[in-house]
Amino acid sequence: MSDAPRKRTPLWDLHRQAGARLIDFGGWDMPVQYKAGTIKEHKAVREAVGLFDVSHMGEATLKGPRASEAVALLATNDVAGAPAGKAVYTLLCRPGGGIVDDCIFYKRADDHYDVIVNASNTAKDLAWMRECVGSIVPVDDHSDETALIAVQGPKAVALVDALAGGGLAAMGSFTFTDATIAGVRCMAARTGYTGEDGFELACANAEAPRLWTALMDAATPLCGLPIGLGARDTLRLESRLPLYGNDLDDTTTPLEAGLGWAVKLDRHAFLGKDALVAQKARGLTRTLTGFRIDGRAIARHGYNVVDRSAADPVIGTVTSGGPGISVAGSIGLAYVSPAVAAAGTLTIDCRGTDVAATVVKGKFYRRPGA
Amino acid sequence: MSHPTDLRYTNDHEWLRAEGGKATVGITHFAVEQLGDITLIELPAVGAAVTKGTRFGTVESVKSVSDLYAPISGTVVAVNGALKDRPELVNEGPYADGWMITIEPTNAGEVEELLTAAAYGELLASQA
Repeated sequence: MSDAPRKRTPLWDLHRQAGARLIDFGGWDMPVQYKAGTIKEHKAVREAVGLFDVSHMGEATLKGPRASEAVALLATNDVAGAPAGKAVYTLLCRPGGGIVDDCIFYKRADDHYDVIVNASNTAKDLAWMRECVGSIVPVDDHSDETALIAVQGPKAVALVDALAGGGLAAMGSFTFTDATIAGVRCMAARTGYTGEDGFELACANAEAPRLWTALMDAATPLCGLPIGLGARDTLRLESRLPLYGNDLDDTTTPLEAGLGWAVKLDRHAFLGKDALVAQKARGLTRTLTGFRIDGRAIARHGYNVVDRSAADPVIGTVTSGGPGISVAGSIGLAYVSPAVAAAGTLTIDCRGTDVAATVVKGKFYRRPGA
Repeated sequence: MSHPTDLRYTNDHEWLRAEGGKATVGITHFAVEQLGDITLIELPAVGAAVTKGTRFGTVESVKSVSDLYAPISGTVVAVNGALKDRPELVNEGPYADGWMITIEPTNAGEVEELLTAAAYGELLASQA
């Protein structure tokens, strides 16, 4: 274990005061849960509202006359073709099609894009962007000055809208705007990582405690809670949102991960396009497949999918797994061949016991009305 | 966090209560805090033999899975059946309703080899 001190977000003191249990997450000292615990936190987001400190994520700006050219080269999705004010989920791929990261670009203008990337990949992503497009546009890193708070759940939009004095509730999904919320200048994006409606709010570090406290004061009477990384993981898994480092990595491609919708093979030229066109023509050898286990056994990251009648019984790998909290059984994602996925059932070696699982297409959880 | 002074403890954060020639076993508050919300507990059946230091069960939480190790050798004479449907009892009361099994010891002397409450307190302090 490294002796380097863990990095702290500007909300660290508030988390400690709230009774958070802090763990090392990619070098950051982050709340894994607060006093309520993961299950209650998860339910608060599904039923009311939850606040997440995601200030450990990385923020950068690509601004210059050739910015659109740069993001087109980097992004598998059509970021450059989006209208100003749109937030676009995309993959960054290597020429071979492997995923450098998944991230969201925010298009301010044809010459100005912001991007938010995974905390654990911030250094890698910035190095990758600079290597690929640094000669045509500067990549400015704001990660150390920027806090990020996610407000998620059925009561999230009205809560944030009220603290902004109105005007935000009408925003469309995956759009963003600059706003003043509880007196704090923010970039407010109608995005999230829970399957619920809500906002992600970026502001200056120094303002973050004031914003968090105002949000928490408004959320508490609504049965809202602060939410740790534990529930962040169970929420995203139920909504089948991939996690980089579990379900995605440098060796997996967006097509294998079921993210073809965020890859525009028929539009712009981008890094990895040729490899992905070829992979699509060839057909996939593995596909990220959702499964449900009836009962409480949990198939976790790294467990093998097996076929005991095969010469080599290991036919796949679980990349994410956990208890369903808003859905029955336990759930997970595994890479298996398309033929195995189509057969509809999997056998997973859960610490020496073979457990039957049923293939689930689409999201495990879908919010009412969505 | 406090731990009862009338129990014995292991380095793996199990507790043992010796009473009337039998020993009841559970996991400590510290262990519960580390695990987070518990979702599944697998325990042996009444009549099963357990061996000191070897696995007798499993605890699954939202975030992780951990083995349970027998503090002493013996025969399982009672199992907390309530945990099958309500594993959260361990989170709510690890030293009370969250007990796991009762063992009839093969060798009662093994109890004395376990950590005292004071020694366990030192272990916790060293891990803080």
